[in-house]
Amino acid sequence: MFEAIAFYTFSILTIIMFGIVVFTKNALYAMSALAGGMIFISGFFFLLGAEFLGVVQIIVYSGAIMAIYAFGMMFFDTTRDVKENIHSKKVLYALSIISAVLIVIILSAPIYSANIESLYPVGISQNYSENPGNVQDVGIVLFIKYLVPFELAAIMLLVAMISGIVLVSKRMEMNLTEEDNHEEKGEII
Amino acid sequence: MITLTHYLVLSGILFSIGLVGVMKRKNLLMLFFSTEILLNAVNVGFAAVSKYYGDLSGQMFAFFIIAVAASEVAVGLGLLVLWYKKTGSTDLDSIQMMKG
Repeated sequence: MFEAIAFYTFSILTIIMFGIVVFTKNALYAMSALAGGMIFISGFFFLLGAEFLGVVQIIVYSGAIMAIYAFGMMFFDTTRDVKENIHSKKVLYALSIISAVLIVIILSAPIYSANIESLYPVGISQNYSENPGNVQDVGIVLFIKYLVPFELAAIMLLVAMISGIVLVSKRMEMNLTEEDNHEEKGEII
Repeated sequence: MITLTHYLVLSGILFSIGLVGVMKRKNLLMLFFSTEILLNAVNVGFAAVSKYYGDLSGQMFAFFIIAVAASEVAVGLGLLVLWYKKTGSTDLDSIQMMKG
């Protein structure tokens, strides 16, 4: 009962938030709505018994990624409305409806056909730990079965961090609006 | 009673919202936001499958998707800032150098 209430509340809130992200004209509203939607998504993870994933979702998405976006938006003019010229609306909406139907079919088809045997069953930590739980399960599977992908992900994050710093810090001493008010800046210096 | 189908349908709805965003938006920053929506929709689907099949692989894939999303944002936003410094625009139509 509570699960149903929570599921429908979270799903309505998430759909509204993501709808705002997609349809608003203001970049700041879009970012705030996206941050809210991420937090509501983490509610689904808690409902599904994946507590560690929910915590990671809040920390990484609402914390790190939204902070990067917030800092990145300092470079852009966000007070202006986003101007977009769309050529053919009918084709676009037809395409999106078709793809949505396709996705639902793809996702729901395997349920009726396959009996999947679980490779790493939930509760695997009972063999290793005295007080098993989701975090223990995740740790055992991640650090035993998925150790190499985990290390590769760490290297990928390092490379991404370095590339982000190198890309943005290039010509950092130059002002973004320097071309516009060249004379004023010259006076200050 | 909430079943797996509920979660998968929700995941499909969120994915289609993101897909509409990817096709509708012409601003590159908004395109990044739509990409985040797509990745989140897939994550919900993976977590739901993981719960209802009693298999932890789905959660593992969700973790790696989150890692990929984080690095994608770092690199993508760096390139976008560089492009904005060069041209003063974040519009998708401003990138037409490879137009045949």
